[in-house]
Amino acid sequence: MARIKYYQALTRAIREEMERDERVILMGEDVGASGGIFAQTKGLHAAFGSQRVRDTPIAENGFVSAAVGAAMTGLRPIVEIGFEDFVTCCMEPLVNQAAKLRYMLGGQVSVPMVLYTFGGGGVNAGPQHSQSLAAWFAHVPGLKVIMPSTPEDVLGLVKAAIRDDNPVICLLSKKLIGTSGEVPDTGTELVGSIGEAKIVRPGCDVTIAAVGQMVLTALKASDFLADRGIDAEVVDLRSVSPLDISTVLQSVCRTRRLAVVHEGHGPFGIGAEVVAQISERAFGQLRSPPLRITPPFAPSPFTPSLEQLYLPSAERIADAVSHLAMEAR
Amino acid sequence: MLTMVEDNLSQELTDLIFTTMCEIRAFELIASERYKNGDLPGFIHLSLGQEACAAGACAALEREDLITSTHRGHGHCLAKGADPNRMMAELFAKQQGYSKGRAGSMHIADVAAGVLGANGIVGQSMGLGVGAALSLQIRHQPNVVIAFFGEGASGAGIAHEAMNIAALWKLPIIFFCEVNRYAELSPYEVHVSTPTVAERSVAYGFPGVTVDGEDAVEVYRAVKAAADRARSGGGPSLVEARTYRWQGHYEGDPQVYKTDRERAEGQHFDPIAKMRERGAAGTEQHFTGLQKEAERRIQAAALWASGLQSPPPAALLEDVYAEAYHG
Repeated sequence: MARIKYYQALTRAIREEMERDERVILMGEDVGASGGIFAQTKGLHAAFGSQRVRDTPIAENGFVSAAVGAAMTGLRPIVEIGFEDFVTCCMEPLVNQAAKLRYMLGGQVSVPMVLYTFGGGGVNAGPQHSQSLAAWFAHVPGLKVIMPSTPEDVLGLVKAAIRDDNPVICLLSKKLIGTSGEVPDTGTELVGSIGEAKIVRPGCDVTIAAVGQMVLTALKASDFLADRGIDAEVVDLRSVSPLDISTVLQSVCRTRRLAVVHEGHGPFGIGAEVVAQISERAFGQLRSPPLRITPPFAPSPFTPSLEQLYLPSAERIADAVSHLAMEAR
Repeated sequence: MLTMVEDNLSQELTDLIFTTMCEIRAFELIASERYKNGDLPGFIHLSLGQEACAAGACAALEREDLITSTHRGHGHCLAKGADPNRMMAELFAKQQGYSKGRAGSMHIADVAAGVLGANGIVGQSMGLGVGAALSLQIRHQPNVVIAFFGEGASGAGIAHEAMNIAALWKLPIIFFCEVNRYAELSPYEVHVSTPTVAERSVAYGFPGVTVDGEDAVEVYRAVKAAADRARSGGGPSLVEARTYRWQGHYEGDPQVYKTDRERAEGQHFDPIAKMRERGAAGTEQHFTGLQKEAERRIQAAALWASGLQSPPPAALLEDVYAEAYHG
């Protein structure tokens, strides 16, 4: 095993897939010789040249539309959008083109492309550089949406996404860029499976379903809860679409309690969907009302002190889940 | 500058262009009639009057070349070689249609014939076309793309983004603008700040020409020159054809925005008549024969399509996602 950083797992996934399949290309703002704003594409331009690793102008609508056109005609493009907020500038080609072309063309084409981007808060980046829009994309049939939280999952899921014949949106967490984790040594291939949640901490008192950087926060919260005598099970959703509800359901059937934690807003969000699906399937199993823990319905502040209040913290999660676990004990 | 190609077209090429225009004319007239009868669901946008653009432009392409089209795409699809039977089946919402009868007039595609699809979002033909041209360039294919669009799309952000990217990357693409006088329900002057769309090519550093969109031969020559240029690595071009939209934006559009003068002049704008005029003495009968044949083919297509089955309920969920992984 090797220990690498979150962003290095991304670089490795892209590099391995570009070596494996010459149809794979990378395009985006500053992905070329500069190596990207977080060094996430460092070395790729030198390795694969400017035909396959292409700097684009600042024109998300244009180059994402171009990626869709290229994916329809024999390439497997990877597109970087530096900040998740900027994906709003290319919703058109994603939602109306990439997601629907296979259906609209009666199965004549597939659109094998990956769009990866860095989202979420915790780095004082302000309202236009901190959003988590997973629920927007997950609402669109034809798209897949993944949110890896560890270097291992970045490596495995990005590789799986590149090999997938559907458009896949990969939402990475800015806050996790510098985190480290174990991955197989170079030369040992790891290809993940999109649509599988993972129990990252087993427990029997309450299920905390989390996604993205909130998985790490939920794990920290579970330590606080353990100190209070509450044994929480933490499920990393890993993929938002498809959503592995059966793993969450099985967990909830054991713990009889559910909290969902994520960075996107509460209304119509990931938590709303998970809670709805669990309520539909296991309403009678629940010992207490399911809970969503999310930021408030307001833009993300730049102010460090306010952003701390904004994002769900381990303490806040532990407090909320403690109440949940105490109810109807 | 675009170089001139041969002055006189071969008989074969003349016949091809003329026949294609007649097929488009017949297709649109029958679609209009069937729509009025309530046989076609949804809504349709017709290209009557614009036949010379599709027929002339696509005659300059090879079979392996690609096109991306617009919401007004029947003519482009026919001209690039899509099967009128399957096109009609799609308009009639039948399962033998190109999209299994689920997407209709605005999404007709025949990828094997190089038609990457009509498209319901104004301007996206240009971005998708840039991507197809990028794919050709990276895969070292000797082919080119035509991205059809209209003056309405010329004001969209995607038009600028696509033309800038195509120029930066020297992609083998022809941006073909059909200026049909109206964008949706308002005239050219509401949408375009310059006298021509072609002059905008200067901003991107590639050639732009304006041609008479009533004259299929002129259209053919301009596109042939642009395609030759793209094929030899010269990069993109912009070809603007000034044409006229006989009908409304959609079938049923009362067209209150057309002036009496425009209506009167529009009646004389006829690319098929123009092509006949170009013919030498004694060719009238030959052209009439071609036109009758084309009309018969399209009538047969409509008759065939009208008798087909609708897609089964299971089609609701087909082709949303591709089959899983390979590799």
